[in-house]
Order: sequence, then structure tokens, then C-alpha cells
Amino acid sequence: MSSPVVRVSGLHKSFGDLEVLKGIDMEINSGEVVVVFGRSGSGKSTFLRCINFLEEPDQGGIEVAGISVDAGLPTRHRRKEIRRLRTHCGMVFQQFNLFPQMTVLDNVMEGPLRVKGESAAEVRDRAMQLLADVGMADKADQHPIRLSGGQQQRVAIARALAMRPDVMLFDEPTSALDPELIHEVLAVMKRLAETHSTTMVVVTHEMGFAREVANRLCFFHEGVILEQGTPEQMFNSPQRPETRKFLDAVI
Amino acid sequence: MPDSSTREAVPHQRHGLAESLERASLAVPFRLKVAAVWAVIFALLAVAFFRSGFDIAWMIDKTPAIVRGVWVTILFSVIAITAATFLALLGALGRISKNPIAYGISGFYTSFFRGTPLIVQLFLWYLALPQLAIGLLPEPYAAWFIWPAQVAGVVGIAFNYGAYMTEIFRSGIEAVPHGQTEAADALGMSYGQRMRRVILPQAMRIVIPPTGNEFIAMIKDTALIGLLGTTILWADPFRVAQLTGKADFRNLEALIVAALVYWGLTAIFSFFQRKLETRMSKGYVRTAVKAG
Repeated sequence: MSSPVVRVSGLHKSFGDLEVLKGIDMEINSGEVVVVFGRSGSGKSTFLRCINFLEEPDQGGIEVAGISVDAGLPTRHRRKEIRRLRTHCGMVFQQFNLFPQMTVLDNVMEGPLRVKGESAAEVRDRAMQLLADVGMADKADQHPIRLSGGQQQRVAIARALAMRPDVMLFDEPTSALDPELIHEVLAVMKRLAETHSTTMVVVTHEMGFAREVANRLCFFHEGVILEQGTPEQMFNSPQRPETRKFLDAVI
Repeated sequence: MPDSSTREAVPHQRHGLAESLERASLAVPFRLKVAAVWAVIFALLAVAFFRSGFDIAWMIDKTPAIVRGVWVTILFSVIAITAATFLALLGALGRISKNPIAYGISGFYTSFFRGTPLIVQLFLWYLALPQLAIGLLPEPYAAWFIWPAQVAGVVGIAFNYGAYMTEIFRSGIEAVPHGQTEAADALGMSYGQRMRRVILPQAMRIVIPPTGNEFIAMIKDTALIGLLGTTILWADPFRVAQLTGKADFRNLEALIVAALVYWGLTAIFSFFQRKLETRMSKGYVRTAVKAG
């Protein structure tokens, strides 16, 4: 763990009259796994989506891998910086969002090939390697519709990794899955954290995963980080009553 | 037969004729009955025609000239549908744009061209545009906007159908789930990359069947171009029928041939359209099954 890969400062975000984020500051170091949890409506998903500007923050700044973008009007230059920042973030969605018209392999190759303009042969090798890592190499030529939810999500992880991101953002990656498929996705994520020391921010309700894999847990409550700490601290001696109440309810 | 003997005992027997007709009718397949109805319609029409002094020899004599006009129809339709598709793509991107200029222009385009009669638009391109150009532009440039009837006609049809197809394309693009846009954005794609690589390919399969319908409707509407007064070289079946029919006072014979030409043409394209539609509806599943 060295210098911060992600730096979030003073992040504010409202939807209409509803203030969802009320000033979030966070630094995430290289190789760190941060699990963000909290009740629905606590702002945890919005926070994650602000990191790669899928949501436009109202106030504050984001820095990923040295590229820093502040909240502000979308000028041409700023849009370019946001796109550059996004190429350093891998995003995994709740609903997978694979491209249905492409094969599994083309899904994984699309980003490096079209956005980064890397050579096809090299990208293909890397994509096949990544698909093998997530156990999907034998489905490379299939279309996503033929895969189970768990398989689609593993392909989505490979697609995000293909960009060689500095940080992986997981937005409730197992919430749309049937219970028996959750573990195969969590297993892939755990391997990423442990053997590849991938920097990860994970919004999830899977507290077992959090206990086992996370370096840090952040409890979001009504638009602020109410409490954070190591899994031991958070599970064994949570300081705030809200945290205790939430953990009692989910475990 | 024990069944009929019990039946004879009931008083409903006096409906016997109606009932046996109904029973006989049930035995005839529905399609056959429909075919019979069509046959009767054609027979009645034929009788009406011949009693009115229908000149079949004249009709046979003129048919080749009228049918030859079908190539003009096909040429007009193909050029117009190509241009309309291009206009509709631009229009749809404007309709979903957050840019007020693009949104405003495309909004004006669809409102005006869907809100005024096609025939008026055709005359605007043919007669009103030259007046505007002569009033505004110096001599050599004004002439660029004085078009022959077939050019004004094809441009007019393309703009009109482009406006309707704009709405088809817009709804097709909007039918692509928002998660696809987010996934493309998250990879760092530009607007153009997102549209070309992710959104439009998925919108295409939604848009192709209704676009086929527009093409079939367009084939018929190209007949309006003749009303601008196209020369015989650019005359479609309707125009040829009008000219020859009027000359010999054989309007019925000539126009019937022209109508049959359009009918045949749309029947052919409707057939392919239906095939395409079944193919498209199988969609991803079909390709996936092939892969598996």
C-alpha cells in the first residue's frame, strides 16, 4: 500500500431537492479493497458512480491515477479529461450490461481495441487470458444472452479488467444474481484482491465477503461516511449505534 | 341413424335448411371461403368493366408502356429511402440530443414535414424553392435550386419520409437499455464510439421492420411525383397511364393497369418484409443457438 490511487474530496450530489451526498472525502491506496455498505438511499451507489462521473457531482473533486477532475460545467476539455479518467476505472454493474450484439470475446476486447487503440493480436491474447482467469474461456465465442447471470458478471469483470484499470468499481455486483450464483462471482473478486492485489471499491451487502477480503469498511448513512475501519473494528466494536443496528440486521 | 331420428322429434326441425347450410359451411376451410369471396369481387368487377365497354385490346396494347414505368418507381424509391434513412439518422440524433441547436432543428424538421401534406411539400420543392432562390441568390447560384420535376419529387419524398422515420429511429435508439450507455461510457468511449459500436447496432434490429413498412408506403407515394409533370422519360406507371389514358379516353383501362403494377410491387416487397421481420424477431436467440 503506497500512494492513493483514488482521491475524493468534498463530494456533494443532489437529485432535485434530495441531497444524496453531503461532503464525502476518501483516499484509496493502491491494492486496497474498500467495501462500501449502508442502507438503500444512503448514497453509497451514487458515491461509487461519481468516481467515474456516471453521475455528475455538484461539488468537489475526483482524482484517479493522477488525473483530477472537479465538479463543473461540461466543457469540451473537461469531457476529454473525464473520458481519460474513465479509462483508468473498471466498472462492474449490478445488471452486467454486456453488449448483447457482440460475442463474449468481443465484449472483452472492445475497450482496449476501440478506446485505447491497442493492437488486435495483443488485445486478443490478453482478453483470452482474462477470460481464462474468470473461468469463461470456453464461452469466448458465445453471445451473452446464452450465459447465466453469474457467467455474464464474470465476463463483465474481465471486460473491465481488459482496460488495465488502476481501480475496479463494483456496484452491487451480486444483487441481481440467483443465490446459488453469487459465490462464483465473489470467488473471482476475492482472487483479484488476493493474487493480483487489484485496488477495489465494492458496494455490496455481502458482509461475509467484506469480512474476508476487505481492508476497510465504510458505513454510509444519510449521505455521509458515518464510520469506517478495518473489518475487525467494524464487526467487533462498531462505535455508532446506526452501524451496530445495520450490521445486526444484515448478519 | 339414431342421431337424426331423435333430432326429427324436436320442434326446431323447421330450421333444418339454415342449419344444414351452416353445417355444410363448417366443412369448408376458412381460407377457401375467403378465396371464394375474392373471386366473387373480381367477377363482379369484371362484369361491371365489360358492361361499361372495357377495351381489352387497347389495354393489352398499352400495358407494356405502363409496366415499363416500374423502373422509374423503383429508382425513385431506392434513392428516396436511402436519403430518408440518412436524414432520419441525423434527425433522431438531434431529437435525443441535449444540444439546443440540434434539438431545435430536428424538432422543426419533424413537426413541419409531418404536419403538412406531402403533395404541398412536393410543390414547395418544385415551384416555391426556385422563387425563393431567385429572390435571394445572384444569377448563377439561383439556378442550382431550379430542379426538374423528378429531382424535386425525390427530394420531397425523402424529406417527408425522413421526418416520419426520424421518430422510428428515435424510439429505436431510446429502446436500447440505459445500462448500455453507461457501460460504453464507463469504458471511456466517446459519443461517436458509443453510438456506432453500442447503441446503433442494437437500435438497428428494432428499427428495420418499421423502416420496411415505410419503404412500401414510399413506393406508392412516388406516384405523386407524376403530378409535378414529369417528362415521359421519367414517367412512372401512374404518369404513363394518365397520359395515354387521357389521349385515347381510356382512363379506366389505363389506370387499372397502373394500379395493378403498384399492387404487385407492394405485394412483392411485403413478402420480403414479412420474411425479414420473422428473421429479425428470432434475433439474438438464433445466432446464439448457432454458436451453441
